[in-house]
Amino acid sequence: MSDKPKIAFYWCASCGGCEESIVDLAEDILEVAQAVDIVFWPVAMDFKRKDVEAMPDGAILATLVNGSIRTSEQEEMAHLLRRKSQILIAYGSCAHTGGVPSLANQFTREEILRYVYEEAPSVVNENRVRPQPRHGHNGTAVTLPEFRGLVRSLDQVVEVDYYLPGCPPTPKLLKQAVLTLLSGNLPPKGTVLAPDTAQCDQCPRKETKPVDLKITEFKRPHWTQIDPEKCFLAQGIICMGPATRSGCEAQCIRGNMPCTGCFGPTTRVRDQGAKILSALASSVNAREPEDIEKIMDGIVDPVGTFYRYSLAKSLLRAKVTR
Amino acid sequence: MSEQRNGHVRIGVYICHCGANIADTVDVKAVAEYAATLPGVVISREYKYMCSDPGQELIQKDIEEHAINRVVVAACSPTLHENTFRGAAERAGLNPFFVQMVNIREHDSWVHSDREAATVKAKDLVRAAVMRVYFHKPLEKRRVPIHPEVLVVGGGIAGIHAALTVANSGKRVYLVEREPTIGGHMAQYDKTFPTLDCAACILTPKMSAVRAHPNITLWTYSEVVSVDGSVGDYKVVVKRKPRYVHEDLCVGCLQCIETCVYKDSKFDDEFNLGLSKRKPIYIPFAQATPKVVVIDPDACIQLKTGKCKKSCMEACVERGAIDFAQKETYEEIHVGSIIIATGFQTFDPRRMPQYGYGKYPNVYNTLEVERLVNASGPTSGQVITRDGRVPKSVGIVLCVGSRDENTNRWCSRVCCMTSLKLAHLIKEHTGAEVYIFYIDMRAAGKGYEEFYQRVLNEGVHFIRGRVAEITDWALDPSEAGKLVARVEDTNTGFVRRIPLDMVVLAVGLEPQPDAHEVQRMFGISCSLDGFFLEKHPKLAPAPTYTDGIFIAGLCHGPKDIPDTVMQAGYAAAEAIALADTGFFELEPNTAYVVEEECSGCKTCVPLCPYQAVTFNEEKQKAFINEVLCKGCGTCVAACPSGSIKQNLFEDEEIYSEIEGVLAYA
Repeated sequence: MSDKPKIAFYWCASCGGCEESIVDLAEDILEVAQAVDIVFWPVAMDFKRKDVEAMPDGAILATLVNGSIRTSEQEEMAHLLRRKSQILIAYGSCAHTGGVPSLANQFTREEILRYVYEEAPSVVNENRVRPQPRHGHNGTAVTLPEFRGLVRSLDQVVEVDYYLPGCPPTPKLLKQAVLTLLSGNLPPKGTVLAPDTAQCDQCPRKETKPVDLKITEFKRPHWTQIDPEKCFLAQGIICMGPATRSGCEAQCIRGNMPCTGCFGPTTRVRDQGAKILSALASSVNAREPEDIEKIMDGIVDPVGTFYRYSLAKSLLRAKVTR
Repeated sequence: MSEQRNGHVRIGVYICHCGANIADTVDVKAVAEYAATLPGVVISREYKYMCSDPGQELIQKDIEEHAINRVVVAACSPTLHENTFRGAAERAGLNPFFVQMVNIREHDSWVHSDREAATVKAKDLVRAAVMRVYFHKPLEKRRVPIHPEVLVVGGGIAGIHAALTVANSGKRVYLVEREPTIGGHMAQYDKTFPTLDCAACILTPKMSAVRAHPNITLWTYSEVVSVDGSVGDYKVVVKRKPRYVHEDLCVGCLQCIETCVYKDSKFDDEFNLGLSKRKPIYIPFAQATPKVVVIDPDACIQLKTGKCKKSCMEACVERGAIDFAQKETYEEIHVGSIIIATGFQTFDPRRMPQYGYGKYPNVYNTLEVERLVNASGPTSGQVITRDGRVPKSVGIVLCVGSRDENTNRWCSRVCCMTSLKLAHLIKEHTGAEVYIFYIDMRAAGKGYEEFYQRVLNEGVHFIRGRVAEITDWALDPSEAGKLVARVEDTNTGFVRRIPLDMVVLAVGLEPQPDAHEVQRMFGISCSLDGFFLEKHPKLAPAPTYTDGIFIAGLCHGPKDIPDTVMQAGYAAAEAIALADTGFFELEPNTAYVVEEECSGCKTCVPLCPYQAVTFNEEKQKAFINEVLCKGCGTCVAACPSGSIKQNLFEDEEIYSEIEGVLAYA
């Protein structure tokens, strides 16, 4: 094996979009591949866990892990890769802040298993069989990873050195990150490798945002014809931009869809959802409780709207059911 | 200052007994012992009265001898003694903002009886403060210079008195009044209770003094249209409405009024509440100040159609004071402080149709009767009803638009005494039988109760009960042609019908109809009832939450003339003190935008109750004027990218405090 720096990719609870984004480097991937040895990338290359286990600790320069942590296997892999890597990078919203999978923290483990294996309309399971971590069959023991009670971000399981935000991160940010790593000129530990101002800073519609929004109605994007020039909030469409880190080049907004918050909060904010909530609540133009209620009813799924990518890392973390 | 040695945190904790106030309910010794175990705490003591000189010296000594660089005092509310302990720290050379107070009295000992639980709570609160104070930073108070000039808004007795007091101290005063004359409501009153001084006799000398004072610039028929800036430097724009008469040329000879093409007065005279008529060119009343005529543009033929022979101009041809082309003008002034004395309006009794005001001509409100009994009023002081009779029986209904769930809940404070005064005057003028319908008679004030006794002895009838209705529906011949007050006399338990020739509704006092606009323009607050809100109901009843803005008189709430004058004098004293000090010290607990972090989303801009946040279009970032900021934290909480910080309330301070209070002891 060459003495080029070793890089690894791994996925945990994720949709695969982050893996796609690596491929989205297109011809730039050749530049990356020339500079490094990819030693582990289950989605594209045939290496096994035992190959990683065989490496000396710290043998990998950097591992990029995408996806949040739900199962015992993901937890084990996170610990293993942490041990084998000098630098561990949380890649994408799920690893960074919990991502969409962490919305499941609104439900208990039991509720999830019951629904998926018993109650979902497409399920036929008369004996109510559920997957078991261990199962003996014809004298052979079959195992499955354990399903944990909570979805966690990567840094809630192991120490993380850097974060690449986004659902998924843009190829540009990935390329920059890899080049930074190779340069040896490393930023302080814990840095999110994206700008630290909110979206509005770079939003092409910034000038159309009025000083006082005076929101009288919240509309979902599919309820209305969206003006392609005007600030979404000025149109009553919830845009997470003010509470979301910039760096995505406003891709959704340029596609005439509001920001949904995948880059997470700025470094200074602990709870992205609470922040956008207090900002929006301050902009609602009503005084009487019943008028306020009516306007707020326009927000159909508050947790899914404000914490779409960040529930695991929020102050709430999960819904407590007692 | 000794900031260097603050690198290593050394916390001193001081638990106050407050005599028995705290020590009876909280085991102060146990709290002090517990505090000593907390990380960073070097010294922990308890003492009988921390606020006493020996108590403060204890802190100072520890700072000097034990290099304490953070101080936690668990005692009473910081509103009472925060400055005391900050001062103690400062005297010992420690930055005063390294002091944190814990309120274990109002928040703990006074509201709990379970000693054990109260002690646990005190420990929790102390732990929170210890964890927070760890992150405190040294802060400096900033000073802003004070422009010595003062603006007084409103020329009633409050504004007049405040303006004269400030002017007498040698400061320049701008007095702005929206009516054509100063004098306000007091000028409309006949006599004043309880001494029965003639209101005009005691007021008009002060009005003349305002006019003549070299330090007062009087702008009547003028309104403040914008206020910018902050304590020490308010930039105010005043609109001067056109009177169509040059104030500097008119000498008040009133020839123009006589020669007006309207031979008869046809238009409602505002000063006499429509009980008499005036011409389109008029003077509000004989002693109006300034004594300058004014032309009503809605009544004047020349101003309405441009087709009048302008006989008024002919009468004034020598002086040339009349000018139909006059336009409104705007004056911009800079003042250091502002006294708001914009007064009140009386309750419109049409809102209580059961009393027949506006329906029965012989139902009056108290202000109208003031004019009726006044020698220079519409009837030259004769009490004659609208149908031309001298009343033989008069009923005065109290609490109309006061102390009433359906209209105003507050007591208007002056109506009882006003009614007693009017009862006395009506009796004096007409010899009529006078009935006062009351809920409670409120005669608190110097000489008030004595006046009440006097009117009782004069034979005025007092009936305790809220009048159900005033009707002209006669049930028997004695009621024919009269108004009847139907009332339950709660002293006797009977429902009575009292036939009356004249009914006087003692109307309550309300905020001016545009009080909310005024409140917004000056950046002050209103209480729930709509009157302007003082900074503290007991200890600061003229300052407002906006530094350099004071309130006086009835814009703050109903009160009588002596209270109004006292408040106006107090407001003036505050304004003078501010101007004489020459600077204002700003609390450093203000918010600031970290410019490179701000995304320019503007969320914070409209939220500031003090208009301290603006948007810098050029930089596309928010900006906070720290002189205007009161440290309320609204913008800090709302900033969606966490780019606004607040001194003494930084995230790590607040989160540590929360963690501290929630941790189990």
